[in-house]
Amino acid sequence: MTKKKNKSMIQRRLIPTYIFLTICSLISVFPLYWMIAAATNESIAVARGSITFGNQLAVNFEHLQNAVQGTLWSSMGNSFLYSIVQTIFTLFVCSLAGYGFELYHDKGKDKLFGIILLAMMVPAVATMVPLYALISKAGLLNSVWAFILPGIATPFMIMMFRQNSRNFPPDIMEAARIDGLPEWRIFFKMYVPVQKSIYAAAAVITFMNAWNAYMWPKVVMSDNRAQTMPMFIANISSGYTVDYGMTMLGVLFCSIPTMIVFFVLQKQFAEGITGSVK
Amino acid sequence: MEKKRRGMTLANKQLAAGWLFLTPATILIFIMSFYPIFQAFITSLKTGKGVNIAFANPLNYNYSRMLQDSIFMTSMKNTFFYLIIQVPIMLVLAILLAQLLNNKDLKFKGLFRTCIFLPCATSLVSYSLIFKSMFATQGLINSVLMNLGIIHENINWLGTPATAKAVIIIALIWRWTGYNMVFYLAGLQNIEYSVYEAAKIDGASGWKTFWYITCPLLKPTIVMTAIMSINGTLQLFDESMNLTSGGPANSTITMSHYIYNQAFGQGVGQLGYTSAMSFIVFILVGILAFISLKVGDSRD
Repeated sequence: MTKKKNKSMIQRRLIPTYIFLTICSLISVFPLYWMIAAATNESIAVARGSITFGNQLAVNFEHLQNAVQGTLWSSMGNSFLYSIVQTIFTLFVCSLAGYGFELYHDKGKDKLFGIILLAMMVPAVATMVPLYALISKAGLLNSVWAFILPGIATPFMIMMFRQNSRNFPPDIMEAARIDGLPEWRIFFKMYVPVQKSIYAAAAVITFMNAWNAYMWPKVVMSDNRAQTMPMFIANISSGYTVDYGMTMLGVLFCSIPTMIVFFVLQKQFAEGITGSVK
Repeated sequence: MEKKRRGMTLANKQLAAGWLFLTPATILIFIMSFYPIFQAFITSLKTGKGVNIAFANPLNYNYSRMLQDSIFMTSMKNTFFYLIIQVPIMLVLAILLAQLLNNKDLKFKGLFRTCIFLPCATSLVSYSLIFKSMFATQGLINSVLMNLGIIHENINWLGTPATAKAVIIIALIWRWTGYNMVFYLAGLQNIEYSVYEAAKIDGASGWKTFWYITCPLLKPTIVMTAIMSINGTLQLFDESMNLTSGGPANSTITMSHYIYNQAFGQGVGQLGYTSAMSFIVFILVGILAFISLKVGDSRD
């Protein structure tokens, strides 16, 4: 009885917390709800601030399909292709490096790791021009390579795999070596399966970042046929008169894949973000 | 003897394998980060366009030119304005939310967390466009304020320097607070509950517990999120580009945006000058990260 009373007291004391969190949640969710509602309205209704669903979805969709020389689906396809290829390469290269740095570590490798961490301080905007020259000289503009090359090896990902390799027992490696397993097979057969959850977190975060990338693709993927989804929606909204209904439908298209990833793999996403802080 | 030699080769093989594993990543980082930043520095000492590019006389020509470039100075001021206003508000709000959500008596914890974290699921271009349309002169915010009778004619949010900056800051806080909150939640979960119990027994108030126990224990996380936020804000591009296009009249332009415009905007880019500006961004990122680390260290 007293326990119950105590509990309701605690809940009553938490009322301000509930109110505050509810307000914050509503503010967080509302713009996204509004994007979806606006995607079903015509531009005038959006401008009037209509927050209910309209019946213009089909019309907006038709406009969207004709926008930027009808590149909606190719942009969508490009974004999927680039993001998936990016994820595969990044995971492979960075996990290999993280594994090497942690489980084969010696003075030399630790020093090299320290140097690699310095790359975190190098802003994308500072390397943009020289990298553009490099990619252009290699004849890779508008190709998937131009998109993925700068993002394959990132200090953040290497660090994440390195930190998480600490729980991989060296004894197992010794045992495998005695059994005559070559080094690369120890990695593929023993390390990779054990670290599945880290790979999942790293994959989610890499995919999200690749999907959302904007400045670098804008620099190297200038051809409309090579453009990504964020570039596509930025294009449809940059004119003097913006069709807001259509634009918001485009934004919705651009957000669906990341939303799905967010809702299905939220735990991995959160782990991926905080991955290297352990 | 025979056995020993075989052992050596095995050890050598292991050594070689270790280096081999980290070679691809190391090469890529050197080619994609270190070489370009070195290249940017060399180019920053040159002037001229296209094939006529040559070392400037004096060598610091591009750097002194920056001081006279009023748009660059504006872009720097804007970037720091966003940094100084937005980062503290966002980080304090994120800690507060994490602290509130870390209460074991709280119900619907998962729902609240998901909602506040949700903005991270949108791309930077997406949310810039959402805010752009909400704050359009003919848009949601104005029509709501009109209907409530707070304003009597539409405010040109994105067409007025002060309000345009405010919209960018509001948008940034909306997008990134949940992101930082996730770090603090992870940090708070590492703090043993017994620490709080002990504080309670000693009669510490909620506020005191937060200030004297939670904050010091979260310090590494706070330093890290501060460095990340500073780094991110100094490189702000998508929002300036898509929300305000840097306008009106460059009053909201960021450094990255201006550098991009100079390099790829129109005509042949002035590579020397652009590189000098981008090298300044690099130096600023380094200095501010260093300061944050020092501040984090000294407050023991």
